[in-house]
Amino acid sequence: MECYLGIDVGSVSTNFALIDKHGKMLKKLYLRTAGRPIETIKSGLKMLKEDLKDDIEIKGVGTTGSGRKLASVIVGADVVKNEITAHAVASISEIPTVQTILEIGGQDSKIIILRDGIVVDFAMNTVCAAGTGSFLDRQAQRLGIPIELFGEIAIRSKNPTRIAGRCAVFAESDMIHKQQLGYKVEDILKGLCQALVRNYLANVAKGKEINPPVVFQGGVAANSGIKRAFEEELGMEIIVPEHFDVMGALGAALLAKKAMSQNKQKQTNFYGFEAAFKEHRAESFECNGCPNLCEIVQIYVDNKLIARWGDRCGRWSENVAV
Amino acid sequence: MKVTFPHMGNLYIPLRTFFENLGAEVVVPPLSSKRTLEIGCKYSPEFACLPLKVTLGNFIEALEMGADTIVMAGGVGPCRFGYYAEVQREILKDLGYDFDMIVLEPPQGHFWDLIKKFKYITNKKSFKEIYLAGKLAWKKIILLDRLEKMVNRIRAVELEKGKTDKAYKKALNLISNARDEQELAFARQQIEKEISSIKKAKERNLLKVGLVGEIYTLLEPFVNFNIEKQLGELGVLVERSIYISQWVRENLLPSFMKSKEPEVLAKLAEPYIPCFVGGHGRESVAQIVSYAKQGFDGVIHLLPLTCMPEIVAKSVLPMVSKIHSIPVMTLVLDEHSAETGLRTRLEAFIDLIRERKEEEEFGVLSWD
Repeated sequence: MECYLGIDVGSVSTNFALIDKHGKMLKKLYLRTAGRPIETIKSGLKMLKEDLKDDIEIKGVGTTGSGRKLASVIVGADVVKNEITAHAVASISEIPTVQTILEIGGQDSKIIILRDGIVVDFAMNTVCAAGTGSFLDRQAQRLGIPIELFGEIAIRSKNPTRIAGRCAVFAESDMIHKQQLGYKVEDILKGLCQALVRNYLANVAKGKEINPPVVFQGGVAANSGIKRAFEEELGMEIIVPEHFDVMGALGAALLAKKAMSQNKQKQTNFYGFEAAFKEHRAESFECNGCPNLCEIVQIYVDNKLIARWGDRCGRWSENVAV
Repeated sequence: MKVTFPHMGNLYIPLRTFFENLGAEVVVPPLSSKRTLEIGCKYSPEFACLPLKVTLGNFIEALEMGADTIVMAGGVGPCRFGYYAEVQREILKDLGYDFDMIVLEPPQGHFWDLIKKFKYITNKKSFKEIYLAGKLAWKKIILLDRLEKMVNRIRAVELEKGKTDKAYKKALNLISNARDEQELAFARQQIEKEISSIKKAKERNLLKVGLVGEIYTLLEPFVNFNIEKQLGELGVLVERSIYISQWVRENLLPSFMKSKEPEVLAKLAEPYIPCFVGGHGRESVAQIVSYAKQGFDGVIHLLPLTCMPEIVAKSVLPMVSKIHSIPVMTLVLDEHSAETGLRTRLEAFIDLIRERKEEEEFGVLSWD
């Protein structure tokens, strides 16, 4: 069976999406990156391999996310795309009429505005990660609540507490203060959801025209408390797509499918699942060629140098074909 | 006397020529680097904008190399730039450096004041000598601007990756080393031959993007992560809205020698910003309208964090973008900017305008 693979290497999670030639999801994986992207990509490949029947043939691979370049040299990608485009493509495939995408991931959040199936505007969070997945994770941990139950508990609240959400650090101290005053956990959680939504709308989505249908995706879309807070604040229905947690990977797979179908002769660059069993090593050093002191990263596969990047001037990267 | 000045793109080339031809010893600070930024930030007020910090870094690096006279531009109007020189002078004095600072204020009515300052820097050279040195420097500026425009057009379609930038580096050297007008004319021929020999791919649907915004962030590749090169590598034809020659014309020449072009351009911004707001705030808006009229596919707007004139411009951009149907993306730069984040936004913006163009031309959605 002909398949396409999408890999989204983000700061918090590394996701895989395997689709068939009609774009149907066959298998998805959501793994924690845990600061070790190379290992995570390899274990994802192994898990896919074990799960799949032998008649699978990978016809194309797409990578996205902040680790898209790294992933592309490890697995051999046909398409390397930024996460904004990848998310938009995936969203359109699930809800073709979508006009607004709210995406909140591990460390960044974005808004994408579409009209008639085309991206017309977008924005990403710039200075602060308040309101993204990592922050919610940490607060849930501090309150001793499993992150999976965060939303459920928040929704129970009748009297949400007002929490200052502009800054992650101040939100936390405000929360501690409210706890010490004796507010209920569910009221604090709901208050936190509202604060995050307010912060998102005021900073990431400022000045953007939010029209329905509104799709909410990214890891944080699993949190029903945030979804509810968006609905209350915007006064609109919020759609969480079926594969909300791996939309970037799905988009990358769809883009790989598109790229390969445009050029039928082209063979995929995919190294095969065997890539998972090769030895990968990343090394870095500081270049002393000028006062920029760039940190050069070198990627080795089975002790052979295959990629190099990080220099401003091209002195190192130009000498290795990537 | 060892003269130095701040960096802004390739400005150091004509400036060095000018002062050297007047007999002054010139210390060109090292090209702006991470070190420049680090020392600049260390000694600048936190809330000052990026150009102040980087140019302060330039001065410190030049003083370390033995410079004793700093030539800095001044300014008028609401932009804080006019106050840079004063602030930097005080900071450098507090750091214990011994130096002279000469501030060239725009000559609105004070043209003789400017000449007097040049006379001081150049040890009382005659007006004619100043004129001749100025003429060669000016010709270099014109050629540099021409070179940058050519490079931005070719980089997007070069067949062999990196070829254009190699030719560009070589050309900068040629211009820099030319000692008189004859040598410069020869350099010009060589550069044109070299650039026109670069093999180009045939591209029918080339994307065209305009760059507007605050002058320093536009002209200094170190602070804008070489955005022109990055866009070129993504296959986009880039046109910048400000070139050094324009800036010199507007700021250093007396009013009777100025061209009328900027006034005509400013009219385009009138429905949105009817008056001067400092810096290039009004011009940024006018340029976006102009690019839309010329059929550009998108515009990228650059500004350093806390830049007041460009923030004013930014506030009207959603309206300008809608009325003239041209996508505009604003990028704010400061010492905390990361290249990865900038690259992601650039790529996404290019995807956006490419999809838009394809849909306009073929009426089809190409996802899927």
